[in-house]
Amino acid sequence: MSIADKVEVRLRVNGEDTAIMVLPYKTLLEVLREDLGLTGTKHGCELGECSTCGVLVDGKPFLSCLAMPLDLEGREVTTIEGMARGREPHPLQVAFAELGAAQCGYCTPAMLLTAKALLDREPRPSREMIKQALSGVLCRCTGYLKIFEAVELAASRGSDG
Amino acid sequence: MAEAFSVVGKSLTKPDAYAKVSGQTKFADDLSLPRMLFGRILRSPYPHARVLRVDTSAARELPGVLAVLTGDDLPVKFGILPVSQDEEALAREKVRYVGDPIAAVAATDEWIADEALGLIDVQFTELPHAMSIQEALAAQGEPIHGSSNVHKAVALEFGDTDAAMRVAEYVREDTVFFEGNTHLPMEQHAAVAQYAADGKLTLWTSSQTPHYVHRALGKVLELPMSRIRVIATPNGGGFGGKSDIFSHELVAAKFAMATGRPVKITLTREEVFYAHRGRHPVLMKVKTGFTRGGRITAMQFQSFLDGGGYGSYGVASTYYTGALQATTYAIPRYRFEAVRLFTNKPPCGPKRGHGTPQPRFALEIHFDKAAEELGVDPVELRRRNLPAPDSRTVNWLRITSCGLEDCINKVVDGSGFLRRRTSMPKGRGLGFAVSSYLSGAGTAIYWNDMPHSEVQLKLDRNGGVLLLCGAIDIGQGSDHILAAIVAEVLGVALDDIQLSTGDTDLTPIDLGSYSSRVTFMAGNAAKAAAESVRDRLFRAVANALHCDAADLTARDHRIYRSDRPADGLTFAQAVQRAEAQGGVVTGSGSYTPPNLAGPYKGSGVGPSPAYSYSAAVVEVDCDLKTGEVKVPEVWIAHDVGRAINPMLVIGQVEGSVYMALGEALMEEQTFRLGLHKFPSLLEYKSPTALEAPVMHTYLVETIDREGPFGAKEAGQGPLLPVIPAVANAVYDALRIRIDEIPITPEKVLKALNERDRRVGPKSVPTFSFPPLIKAEVPEEWKGK
Amino acid sequence: MASSNPGSMFIAGGTDLVPNLKRRQFDVPALISLNALPGMRLIDGDGERGVTIGAGVTLDELAHHPALDGAYRALAQACDQVSTPQVRCMGTLGGNLLVDPRCNYYNQTYSWRKAAGFCLKKDGDICLVARSSPRCWAVSSSDSAPVALALDATVTLHGVGGDRRVRAHELYKDDGIDYTTKRADEVIVSVEVPGSEARMTSAYWKLRRRPAFDFPILGVAVALSWDDGMVRAARGALGAVGSRPVEITAFLAPLNGRRPDDALIAEVADAADKPARPLDNTDLSHYWRKRMTRVYIERALREACGVDPLAGRLSAQVKAAAI
Repeated sequence: MSIADKVEVRLRVNGEDTAIMVLPYKTLLEVLREDLGLTGTKHGCELGECSTCGVLVDGKPFLSCLAMPLDLEGREVTTIEGMARGREPHPLQVAFAELGAAQCGYCTPAMLLTAKALLDREPRPSREMIKQALSGVLCRCTGYLKIFEAVELAASRGSDG
Repeated sequence: MAEAFSVVGKSLTKPDAYAKVSGQTKFADDLSLPRMLFGRILRSPYPHARVLRVDTSAARELPGVLAVLTGDDLPVKFGILPVSQDEEALAREKVRYVGDPIAAVAATDEWIADEALGLIDVQFTELPHAMSIQEALAAQGEPIHGSSNVHKAVALEFGDTDAAMRVAEYVREDTVFFEGNTHLPMEQHAAVAQYAADGKLTLWTSSQTPHYVHRALGKVLELPMSRIRVIATPNGGGFGGKSDIFSHELVAAKFAMATGRPVKITLTREEVFYAHRGRHPVLMKVKTGFTRGGRITAMQFQSFLDGGGYGSYGVASTYYTGALQATTYAIPRYRFEAVRLFTNKPPCGPKRGHGTPQPRFALEIHFDKAAEELGVDPVELRRRNLPAPDSRTVNWLRITSCGLEDCINKVVDGSGFLRRRTSMPKGRGLGFAVSSYLSGAGTAIYWNDMPHSEVQLKLDRNGGVLLLCGAIDIGQGSDHILAAIVAEVLGVALDDIQLSTGDTDLTPIDLGSYSSRVTFMAGNAAKAAAESVRDRLFRAVANALHCDAADLTARDHRIYRSDRPADGLTFAQAVQRAEAQGGVVTGSGSYTPPNLAGPYKGSGVGPSPAYSYSAAVVEVDCDLKTGEVKVPEVWIAHDVGRAINPMLVIGQVEGSVYMALGEALMEEQTFRLGLHKFPSLLEYKSPTALEAPVMHTYLVETIDREGPFGAKEAGQGPLLPVIPAVANAVYDALRIRIDEIPITPEKVLKALNERDRRVGPKSVPTFSFPPLIKAEVPEEWKGK
Repeated sequence: MASSNPGSMFIAGGTDLVPNLKRRQFDVPALISLNALPGMRLIDGDGERGVTIGAGVTLDELAHHPALDGAYRALAQACDQVSTPQVRCMGTLGGNLLVDPRCNYYNQTYSWRKAAGFCLKKDGDICLVARSSPRCWAVSSSDSAPVALALDATVTLHGVGGDRRVRAHELYKDDGIDYTTKRADEVIVSVEVPGSEARMTSAYWKLRRRPAFDFPILGVAVALSWDDGMVRAARGALGAVGSRPVEITAFLAPLNGRRPDDALIAEVADAADKPARPLDNTDLSHYWRKRMTRVYIERALREACGVDPLAGRLSAQVKAAAI
């Protein structure tokens, strides 16, 4: 492959339109991290087996390691860098910080975005709904409980507030 | 009255929390430098083979390839322990497991590097391989190292255990197996190396032990350590898996030196399984003599460790399988024999609980069985054998604070264990177990008489505090603990503390984030550093207020007279005064553990300045028709000495319980065709959010006299009792014994069908242990 | 496009294909995205008329779709249990029906497969599961496929030669490599599930180690149509016990025309595991998976009959052991 093999990809990431030249076989994960410098999106396996690379596409949880950027034209990609509103962290980010829901912090971006997708559709989820919604993101540090509690705290404060 | 502390004991937000929730934390693979190359490593496809020839010519010619390395480029052997210098960055003569590194390529992108690996031609002669303890002992062919597959054998005895067994009124023997498993941090290991024009090498690496990596780089690259800087990046999970020296760290550094360009190597998930250094598979036999009343008279413990292809921490792991039996129970006579064998698997090493979860599993199910036969409940049997605070074990381990009894009471009361376990519905059961763990290893990995932890502080004129320490936060919150201790002593807020950690150029030594040592050791060093700075500030303020320094208090950003709080200076004013009088305001503190080793060879592993204690009750829900076991609820109590930040301690406890449940029920490293059966996140089963039980966590505070503010460890100990408690709960539910980890549904079903209702090893292999080293028994145990 | 790009493959959700591409299970010159095809995302119909589902409908949509609330609940259950929420938001019904059969000697990296010795399915010439076997024993690992058989769904394929309709059980072949009758140039465009004037119930039970992430190591799909408390017709299929979904409809026939009680369900389930032939190439042992089959058939049938699924009589134990 050479530079001549690159194609133009138009993406809308965190509300900003961008057009870049990339090799067509690069995944969204690689484009975000390597071409757009958005290293907040992590990777744990690059095979869809841990969801550490999770982002949102049109508000739904997606695996950036398996998504092909060319297929995402016209869709809205949200990464952890786009979660805060300006300087104001999202209520989920505050709750995760306050309750110690981020230990090593490596699954945290995917966990937060997945939780955001849940709260956006279900502002007051039950514990069971939270477990179901987060069941696709592996965490090895917390035992998940502080994460559940943080989602509940954010929900009780109103995630859009 | 004001609270005793303003920071310590409070569940405050840790300093790195917002960087983590915003995605701003830079892990090693997030780093990118101009002109950076990407390295990939070629690994052995054979479990055991002689390397005849490595032909890299075709790989070198591939456009985009800048350098290729083989073993001959890095011939110096290394290993984390001075006694086990048996590793090569890239294997030269032979490979010892599938995944053993052989050669490496640095190229302009990872695809080219990958393609180039495919062009390297290696000729091997296959050798017979050994994939288990039994195979390693029986192997006839060329040993994996040296003249035998036995890596280390030890035999120690404290008092005459045979005699004590003979007079015991009840003796029980059990044989138990604990399958190996791995850390599975979510972050794959990564390293970035840069060799600058001034001839200085910098390595950023996701390591728990930057100091040891620094030493190894110096040795293998044959560079003075003064020309090497190692910066540990925040670890995306460690659990012990990033506390060794890894091939990719040395290779990235060598590539940077060879090309003059920065080089990054990030392991794939598959490679992380090969890097391993995780839980040893251990086969154990435990024999205990009791009085009719349930008091232990003697214990004999044997362990066989399946070590994998290299030494790693294995000598320490071997001793750890026998060290902490006597800190949990008062054992008057104790014999311990162990052997670690080389096998053709990825090397094992320290995983959370290093060498102690396996014997803990054996011991706690053994005691559960003994209790039943002795006719006492399992809680009572433990109560009758509690270690005493401020005592010494028969193997010379010094116990200071001990909150085990309190831990037992908390979980037994909280779960209603004694009442409920007799009235559970079919398939439901409760299990109980206890444990103890180190607050830092009492000896360093290499022999020296210098401190284990050092902290430097520098104060600025506005009252800010720069804290420098070699410790590295692996998610456990060590940055917070250091900052909290300093903030408490100086009377400032957490926000006033800036941390610089894990950087061998900037920060004084801390041996690393392993063996649960950071809170205790770096915490003590931080406290000492803060106290030295505070003393200087107090002298300056006393001078200004015309009072005695001993009469001053530092709190709420002020230094004031304790008897007349209105008389004082702000913290910043105090710094300015001190600086005006004596120049830059700095201070340092160090921690060296007391010499605690007993008078025998092998006494270096096990001593710790303090031991934590834990107790757990686990509830299981078993499907009688399928053998599936679920854990709906766990009660866990942990004696942490003092919780510097209760929220973070609870986080460590909950994480430990989670990891223990994974090990108890599903996690295992198994092999087939000489290969890891499934080196992937899909097939190596790690529990999901849906399996998280309800947890009741109780913190017990014993205020250890030597811990910083009384604190002990929390990161590893709480894992220990949970695994055997699951097995004991399965027995309570189904009257079957699964004497083997993990407890899979197949094993449960098999046990239900067995005549003896048990699945587990029947015996241990015959092995001639070395002659027993008969150590003297401490005075207090003589005649008992 | 497919005909002008020989060797190219279709991609929709990518959750099965992309990992396989990364592990070099396929070498393709180009991928052809199906995501812009019109009509692929529609769901239309109800329990009486039948439901037509575009192949591009995501598993997440199907898991919660009101059209699958009643008679077709098994399909929603199956979709809801595929892997993770992330995979369900990306993955499509068409893709799930055609999941590349899996094997833990095959779904490994290139270097692992090279070290183990390449297998029949890719780059090699023997089956590592059954070394003397001339064929590949990779396991059909789709959750939706056995449900499609149980519900007697019909799949519409679109290709160079136009459209054709294939009944679900004719879509699969008993081979781990050549596992579908779909031609390389064809794509599934829609799936039709027939309606019924009779009341219909269905259920899907999935066996796996963890309640998320894991592929089925056994799937049981059953569909019952009812006539005044009596089973009119029972259909069923097993997943993950062979290279294609395995029909058990004939074994369920004793239910037809009868009012199922605990004993009848147990008796039927006990016999219906006969065609299950799990091999040692998934998670957990094939012995256990085989023994679990009748338990899960019983549980699925009981659920479809509206009785407590867990209260059945069968056990995976070889013989009953007193507790």
